[in-house]
Amino acid sequence: MSSETRQILTTDGIPLEVSLKKAERKNKIKAFLLVAPLLLFLLITYIFPIGDMLLRSVDDKMVTEMLPKTFKSMEDWDGNEMPPEEVFEAFYLDFQKLVEEKRDGKLSTQLNYTKNGFKSILKKLRRKAKNFEEGNYKEQIMAVHKRWADVEYWRAIKRRAPAFTSSKYLKGMDMYKNEEGKIVSVEEDRRIHRVLWLRTLEIAFFVTLLCFLMAYPIAHLLATLPMKYSNLLMICVLLPFWTSLLVRTASWMILLQQQGVVNDFFVMIGLVADDNRPEMMYNKTGTYVAMTQILLPFMVLPLYSVMKTISPSLMRAGKSLGGTPFVTFWKVYFPLTIPGIGAGCLLVFILAIGYYITPALVGGASGTLISNQIAFHMKSTLDWSFASAMGLMLLAGVLAIYWIYNKLVGIDNIKLG
Amino acid sequence: MPNNQQFVRFDKVDKSYDGKVLVVKDLNLDIAEGEFITMLGPSGSGKTTCLMMLAGFETPTNGEIYLDSNPISNIPPHKRGIGMVFQNYALFPHMTVYENLAFPLRVRKVSKDDIDKKVDKALSMVSLTGFENRMPGQLSGGQQQRVAVARALVFDPAVVLMDEPLGALDKNLRESMQYEIKHIHESIGVTVVYVTHDQGEALTMSNRIAVFNDGKVQQLSSPDKLYEEPVNSFVAEFIGENNTFGGQVTNFSKEKCKVKLDDGSEIFANPITVKSNGDKTTVSLRPERALINTKEKMDNNFKGKIEEVIYHGDHTRVRLNLLGNKEFILKVPNSSANMDIKLGNQINVSWNSHDARALDPK
Repeated sequence: MSSETRQILTTDGIPLEVSLKKAERKNKIKAFLLVAPLLLFLLITYIFPIGDMLLRSVDDKMVTEMLPKTFKSMEDWDGNEMPPEEVFEAFYLDFQKLVEEKRDGKLSTQLNYTKNGFKSILKKLRRKAKNFEEGNYKEQIMAVHKRWADVEYWRAIKRRAPAFTSSKYLKGMDMYKNEEGKIVSVEEDRRIHRVLWLRTLEIAFFVTLLCFLMAYPIAHLLATLPMKYSNLLMICVLLPFWTSLLVRTASWMILLQQQGVVNDFFVMIGLVADDNRPEMMYNKTGTYVAMTQILLPFMVLPLYSVMKTISPSLMRAGKSLGGTPFVTFWKVYFPLTIPGIGAGCLLVFILAIGYYITPALVGGASGTLISNQIAFHMKSTLDWSFASAMGLMLLAGVLAIYWIYNKLVGIDNIKLG
Repeated sequence: MPNNQQFVRFDKVDKSYDGKVLVVKDLNLDIAEGEFITMLGPSGSGKTTCLMMLAGFETPTNGEIYLDSNPISNIPPHKRGIGMVFQNYALFPHMTVYENLAFPLRVRKVSKDDIDKKVDKALSMVSLTGFENRMPGQLSGGQQQRVAVARALVFDPAVVLMDEPLGALDKNLRESMQYEIKHIHESIGVTVVYVTHDQGEALTMSNRIAVFNDGKVQQLSSPDKLYEEPVNSFVAEFIGENNTFGGQVTNFSKEKCKVKLDDGSEIFANPITVKSNGDKTTVSLRPERALINTKEKMDNNFKGKIEEVIYHGDHTRVRLNLLGNKEFILKVPNSSANMDIKLGNQINVSWNSHDARALDPK
């Protein structure tokens, strides 16, 4: 065989590759045009918002832009002693400009995030600054309030100099950068987010486990029953899908409340005393029950689609070869369903970890998840950058789980249907 | 050989799935130790049901099945020690060839060394040595089938059941596998119960064949007897090619009877199921038993018109219109003596009355 490769020409003398590309071009354009709307849609509704969220969560330009002269003059200041006169002058000029533009309120809010106590001294400065004389601003400002003479507050201003910050992420982990620039945890009694993260993971894990334990026999029945019965069962599985999420959650509230159906039943059969009805709602129990029911179909369907493909003769073969029913199940059937288990668990876990409406309605204080905290910051405190940061942390967590799953089971082992 | 002639015994077995129709009716069947027996029949004739009852995946509605004189109806499949080869191989797709073969040994707690030895032996028996670490998906259909056979034999079962194991293979492979399975059976002497609807397969491989139809065994005998001496018209029709004449017995004797055909002509036949004059009958004659232009003396001699000639290489198939039967088939060896076989020619056809079997009417 000769090693040289000859260019193959078509009968017209055009190289074959060129000719092929030309012939395929039209198809490629057609194919692209078909997916273009979806691509555009994804770009607008998914990629851009996530990018925006990422920017928002680290963005700290507001203060940087409000105090440009101050930060420039602070570049040479080491932060050990009180800043020199030019820093005070620059700050005075920046501040006067903000007052003219009526943006000083925003500055005080932002600086107050960094260190408590800025709000009142900025208000006072604004009042007094009208009567300032030119020159020696250091003394004039320090005279306004004793905190202005405290180097801590000037350091706090300097910390806001960079246009980007990781403080929101640290806050999400109940941590912050202290005066020395070290990352430390907040005091024990003020840690709220870590608890929420752990609770979210815990609830997502147990909901996944419960779903798996309940869905496996259902899916097996679905796959093995005669068509007549399996269709009916399939409708029962899918029925919740056709009901509004809100309606389903509301019906759980009716069932689980203290004067609800389940409690009434327990009292009737004498399981609990009438004056000692257990609380099954507005706590973790409610969240577990409702979320498991709502996410169950997401476990059943992947399992079913995998089990459907397992030939019943494999089980028969296992038995005829001497395996007891259990051994045959464990060595033959179960390993073959792993792709479905993987898909179902991943799906349910990822859905559970970001679940919002059900925990919000039946979770109470001890059953809310991180997503409820995100919603709280979006709607109530309006700290969107913090909400974005937590949203991104959640996304990163999901991607991490996906990565771990890929390492353990292999993503091509997944079968969704 | 002092073989147990009733190693497997079906004793008055009935089987119904819905309580209305009997799929297997009053089945009595003895299978000898070391025998290769084939259950042959059209689909829905109950042969697979019988196999499944023997394997333990179905329970007899009535009657009992004995294995080596022990009733087995209440023994679950995994305790019966019966190997089985399935139609679609049923290899465990997530295990290697080695693990597939080791499965029946591992559940029997065989030691690792013995497993290695037995797997080696079984694989060499089906000439697949060196394939231990392949996955079933990486094997061809024929190789998968051989693994399935090896797996059914590796734990030395007393009986091996095979449920149309070659159904999914192409013709050439199927034929070579038939010989291979036959040789394996001969070399290890295991009892094989084989189910198929392919009569060629049954004739090639079996010691005895049980022809099933309508839930009953129609005939149980060796392949040659089955072909040469079918006991009823279903078996005659089902096994091999067959020319039939419908008619009525007019002159009955034990050796020979005269049958008046529907078109008025009379032929001599060998009375098998007919008992007396006036019985309706179907006369069955194998195509190769009728000769053309023969000099031999035979008691049936007729003239027929050639309707169709099909060349088959080693022989020629000739379709005649003979005695009112337009589908009368002849197999003529291709030799220079038979050159006057031309479409439309009249031709002399003769056969011995002994080969024309007067059976039950269709």
